[in-house]
Amino acid sequence: MTDSLVKNSLSWVIGGPQGSGVDSAANIFSRACALAGLHLYGKREYYSNIKGEHSYFTVRLAETPIHSHVDDINVLVSFDAETVFRHGHNVTKGGALIYDSSLVGTSLDEVPTIDEHSATRISDMLKRSGLQTNLQAVLDLAKSNGCMIYGLPYFEMIEKLARQVNDPALSKLTRMVNVIALASSFALLKFEKEQLIRAIQNVFRAKPKILDNNIAAANLAYDYMEKKFDSSGFRYILKLRPPLTNYLLVQGNQASAMGKIVGGCRFQTYYPITPASDDSEFLEANQIFDLTNERKGSIVVVQTEDEIAAVTMAIGGALTGARSATATSGPGFSLMVEALGWAGMNEVPIVVTLYQRAGPATGLPTRHEQGDLLFAIHAGHGEFPRIVLASGDIEEAFYDSIKAFNFAEKYQMPVIHMLDKAIANSIKTCKQFDSTLVKIERGSLVEKVYPGTQTGSAGHYMRFRLMNDPISPRVPLGTENAIFWNTGDEHTEEGHITEDPDIRVKMVTKRMTKLELALSEIKLADKISQFDIGDSSGEITIVSWGSTKGAILDALDMLAKQGKKIRFLQIRLLHPFPVKEFAKLISDARLLIDVEMNYTSQLGSLIRQHTGRDVDYKIVKFNGRPMSGSEVYYALSAILEGSSERRIVLEHGT
Amino acid sequence: MALKLADYKTSVHNDWCPGCGDFGILNAIQMALFELQIPNHKAIIFSGIGCSGKSPHFINTYGIHTLHGRVLPFAQGAKLANPDLEIIAVGGDGDGLGIGAGHFVGAGRRNVDMPYIIFNNAVYGLTKGQASPTLKLGMKTKSLTQPNSNNSVNPISLALVAGFTFISRSYSYDVRHLRDVLKKAISHKGLAFIDVLQPCPTYNDINTREWFQGQDNLDPESGHQSPRVYKIEDKGYDGIVHQSDQTADKMAQVLSIANEWGNKIPIGIFYQNEFVPTYQERIAQRIPNYPLEPPATEPICTQDGVPIADITQLLNPLKLES
Repeated sequence: MTDSLVKNSLSWVIGGPQGSGVDSAANIFSRACALAGLHLYGKREYYSNIKGEHSYFTVRLAETPIHSHVDDINVLVSFDAETVFRHGHNVTKGGALIYDSSLVGTSLDEVPTIDEHSATRISDMLKRSGLQTNLQAVLDLAKSNGCMIYGLPYFEMIEKLARQVNDPALSKLTRMVNVIALASSFALLKFEKEQLIRAIQNVFRAKPKILDNNIAAANLAYDYMEKKFDSSGFRYILKLRPPLTNYLLVQGNQASAMGKIVGGCRFQTYYPITPASDDSEFLEANQIFDLTNERKGSIVVVQTEDEIAAVTMAIGGALTGARSATATSGPGFSLMVEALGWAGMNEVPIVVTLYQRAGPATGLPTRHEQGDLLFAIHAGHGEFPRIVLASGDIEEAFYDSIKAFNFAEKYQMPVIHMLDKAIANSIKTCKQFDSTLVKIERGSLVEKVYPGTQTGSAGHYMRFRLMNDPISPRVPLGTENAIFWNTGDEHTEEGHITEDPDIRVKMVTKRMTKLELALSEIKLADKISQFDIGDSSGEITIVSWGSTKGAILDALDMLAKQGKKIRFLQIRLLHPFPVKEFAKLISDARLLIDVEMNYTSQLGSLIRQHTGRDVDYKIVKFNGRPMSGSEVYYALSAILEGSSERRIVLEHGT
Repeated sequence: MALKLADYKTSVHNDWCPGCGDFGILNAIQMALFELQIPNHKAIIFSGIGCSGKSPHFINTYGIHTLHGRVLPFAQGAKLANPDLEIIAVGGDGDGLGIGAGHFVGAGRRNVDMPYIIFNNAVYGLTKGQASPTLKLGMKTKSLTQPNSNNSVNPISLALVAGFTFISRSYSYDVRHLRDVLKKAISHKGLAFIDVLQPCPTYNDINTREWFQGQDNLDPESGHQSPRVYKIEDKGYDGIVHQSDQTADKMAQVLSIANEWGNKIPIGIFYQNEFVPTYQERIAQRIPNYPLEPPATEPICTQDGVPIADITQLLNPLKLES
């Protein structure tokens, strides 16, 4: 095997204690690489903790668009011993490990934030290799794996920096470690220093003092690394590419929030919860925005006392005609379900952005899972219509959040827009969001009602008029000549309470048939995305939904290179389920492979329910860490070779 | 053309028990709306669940009968999205102080400009008379199998510490007093609370109409029955904060009479403070165009459905071409 250089293809990981600047370092790195014309996918992993626990950020780079991370690490940048203990052995041959040289003597039991289970795993691994349980041993192991190791005296460097900028207080700023570590990795990668400086300027634009110190630190570390180390043996290199025109570097939670602004959401309520709060906070931070008519628009964001108040307040807002939403995660959504039924019963268009995390109860609050699919579809007592739409990536999150409002208003029902931690906390180079690609469709929204409009038996306007069309015109509260009632009880056409069996049948039927209407009107592209590699006719078909899309697409890329023919169906509309189209797309499937981030293969059971067809293979994962492109690739390969169990549980991730 | 009292009534069959205190409250709401000449379509009555929850169906305005305990957030949502609406929230004591107590406190912190009426009869009527949060400890109404083992919450004190800026109490059989209090509550700038004492003739055989009238409460000197309910303003009580520096004293004054119960039950306006900014004013501080174009009326697209929000400024920092 030749040790030729690998250009512009890299898996880079930075890690350190939460609160030590892991995120901002990753942010600078990502920005620098994206500005240099590289495509990237980055993901953030962190504990439910404010300061001290281990957090890390993975950035994968390529010359073409990529959609997921891989398990291998080519460059590991660490601030602390824990990062080395946890990830050191994953660095590939020809890769690099950058560490704090003052920590080599640290033994495993001196790191209190490494939990017992992880500590046992790490010490077992070291013992198997006949090594001691200290940092030097991990470094030795990495070295024996063919990885290059680079020890930097972080604190001496900071002291030097403090003298250089004549600011003694700076020597206490351990935060500078992040820029020092980051800059040294760039030096190693022979990435142009100007590009790094540009990214730092970009990130710290608003903070001149911090900006100057960071630039000084970056220069110092970059030069130190260049001078001090001979980087032969290290195989990776980054080279400037033509700029990514018409691309953005964007985070998931920014995408959905921006979609809401474009989509006309003007009222959002929320109760703080990970990983959904960022959505509302982005909206609040950008509560006043430009309109195309030179004026200013605005969104009112209200933090409520709990999630029940959040959803009911959003419903109150929607009743006045405002496009209203709330954003939450599983625990909050659990509290919202009674009100969801009320909205269904009273045909109120609201959007619930459901950022899934690993449950049940508090679960793994900062970790990923797709465990809420069947819950979203069935949430609430009794039967009422709702639409469940799931985005597969950041770009879809933007457009879908606009579509969610269109569906809500056209079909006058709650829409649950499913996202998850993996999308919310990932960052990606994706195509420029184009607001002109979407239209706002408000459905049968009536703004003026004329006197003498036909009334019901009590002499009132018929908000829930029974007609052939199950959609009755909707009027905002406060409209003249249209006084109506809403109630959580079964209601008459005017909205008054009734227990009449005949009206009950008609009203339930009216509400439920709206789902059939939605199914007949929603475009195929919004129901199912179809990806065929190697001119697949669908003999081997993968089914999945939500954020696993990225790992599957990357795995398919690898399989396509081997000449494999595979179809991938990403189900976007989960409820009402697009049975007809789906059945047709899998009609030639000899092998149906279901890929999901949960234990029970929830989409698989949905497919069974709607088509009577069992999936043949299940690839699942529920350890709280998103699927990587590489592990999906290996699992699929094993299935294709016929060497796989029927159910594969993926377990990668730290 | 002036609106008539009858214009605020519907023909929907009212199925409350004969003699129910709810009737007095319903009449007072209709009278207040009439006397303030609020256009029917501008008023929205939001209600919770229970006997009182049915009230909107009998009032000829928009009526939103919500979920148990949730009337306040529903109503606040509508008011914040369209402050032009005249929103009135109503609900029972169990609804507002039991299952909905968190929202009661949350609403107080916000001070959204609207009144909230609690129909307070100390029992859960529609589920057949269980003890509500305002039933006193040890009381055993005929509907209870055992004396009440929970202590009661004091709605007036709770409203005060939660931050309501208008705190009042009335009695459902003194419809005129109630109507006058309601009119003041509706006109108040901020969140107004009206605790309305009412008998439940079916389940509460302790706090009955006769008990409120003082049939058993004889004046030791004259031997006449002495009504338990008395008007605080008649005793020279002034709950209004006339200058902002009076706030602390006026709040202390509320607590000094809030616990009166038994043979002497105060009604009237305990507290009113218009120096506290309403939630709408707080939003307008952050979003200057909010009063003119609140969420309900701000345009979001052209006639052809083209979105009019321009997010270029938000996208620029994310762009990658230099």
